[in-house]
Amino acid sequence: METFDWIEVGAKAAFLVIVLLQVVPIMVWVERRGSALMQNRLGPNRCGPLGLLQSLADVVKFLWKEDPVPGHVEPFYYLLAPLVSVVPAFMTFAVIPFASSIQIGTHTVHFQVADLNVGLLYVFSIASLGVYGIIMAGWASNNKYTMLGSLRSSSQMISYELSMGLSVIGIIMTFSSLKLGDIAQQQGQFITQIGPIVLPEWLAIPRWGIFLQPLGFLIFLVSVFAETNRLPFDLPEGESELVAGYHLEYGAMKFALFMMAEYLNMTTASGLLATLYFGGWQLLPGMHTILGLVQSSLGLTGMAAEWARVLFEGTSFSIKTAFFMWFFVWVRWTLPRFRYDQLMDLGWKVMLPLSLANIFITAILTFYGWV
Amino acid sequence: MLLKKKKGFIQELYLVEIIKGLMITMKNMLFAPKVTIQFPEERRNYSDRFRGMHYIKATNGVENCTACMLCPTVCPAECIHIEAGERPDKEKYPVKFEIDLLRCCFCGMCEEACPKDAIKLSNIYEMSTTYREVYDKQFLLEQRGNK
Repeated sequence: METFDWIEVGAKAAFLVIVLLQVVPIMVWVERRGSALMQNRLGPNRCGPLGLLQSLADVVKFLWKEDPVPGHVEPFYYLLAPLVSVVPAFMTFAVIPFASSIQIGTHTVHFQVADLNVGLLYVFSIASLGVYGIIMAGWASNNKYTMLGSLRSSSQMISYELSMGLSVIGIIMTFSSLKLGDIAQQQGQFITQIGPIVLPEWLAIPRWGIFLQPLGFLIFLVSVFAETNRLPFDLPEGESELVAGYHLEYGAMKFALFMMAEYLNMTTASGLLATLYFGGWQLLPGMHTILGLVQSSLGLTGMAAEWARVLFEGTSFSIKTAFFMWFFVWVRWTLPRFRYDQLMDLGWKVMLPLSLANIFITAILTFYGWV
Repeated sequence: MLLKKKKGFIQELYLVEIIKGLMITMKNMLFAPKVTIQFPEERRNYSDRFRGMHYIKATNGVENCTACMLCPTVCPAECIHIEAGERPDKEKYPVKFEIDLLRCCFCGMCEEACPKDAIKLSNIYEMSTTYREVYDKQFLLEQRGNK
């Protein structure tokens, strides 16, 4: 690799890590204020404007708290577990493109830390690493509640990973690529025909995953909720049954790391949903016009115009991701928790057959060239 | 007997129902009035009969109490301690009048028993301290809650 490549990758990775670290406190704030407003309360509004500095205050508190290790735990794995759950949460975002590419000199810079040709497989493999942190935490804590919580978590993740992986196969078939960059790129086109019916020119439906794979999208959405351990699937934490689940024995910053991992997983899942089903960095309808207006009114040409485009693409991706993150919070404060057997029923008896059916239908449609 | 409601196919799918639920939470978030009382700036209005911090009423700077011992007798928590004395004009008065706040259950029976309208319970309810508080006569005579 040349010096330019090293700098490029380093800059992108640093940018992503910094952004993700900022997303966590904001999400915590959104969750707390959002839940409060939904329950007709006000929520934290004292620290800074609108209570935005509340998370900062919490971090200071977490850092200065006493950090005890209980006597009955397995210290090595106990201390390792928060790290094992945080690191994969950061890693997954590496393959998600947050803007298209730009030409700098002779180099084409893709706004994606690593454009792997096995992108989706990478996402799934790393996402399933996250469960190791939870299992380690549950086992090393040497406590029956944490053990039960981590057992539930692992069984839940395995059941829903199946339907999640199978639902994405439909996307892979329609876009015939595992590269997330390619998938986002191809969603910039328009749907020309539905089955044998050729659509008229004026009906410009973007070729987004959700229009090609509505069933796959639903299955993926539900599975992602289960994968990130968010309500209505947060059985590993189930306060009423398991006290706090797998992070029962953790305090101070170690607990905060588990929270961070949860929110980072949420961010990654939202980014993935946006990339696979909502066109990724493709501009939202109407943003093309605004971009044109901005470019012409400011008189941007050449590189400046290109950077404006990249900025708009980044904004578009952020809006889509932010919507899904809000959706995670919204659903959490709307739906009650599943019972454990209902969860397994849904996973194995509904999601799995549906995702298999989705693959079958997609295969037929692809064979006849209808999608 | 538990009657199971018949559900249609659409309801069985839950998708529409979930969207309805999401709309309810959204409606609550955006439009419902918020019930939070922002404490230091806003305060809850209690009725005048609320039983809070104690005080002893006084007329012309002299406490109404004649140390008749009715309130320590009636007190179920036994939190009132009075030592009686005599003024130069042969009037009986409390030398010591103490209320152990940790024992007091704020039942208001002392107020009811008092024939001289001396001991009263006020509207003040912010009484937390970091030590075991005992109100002495001096404190009670300041009449913080007497409007």
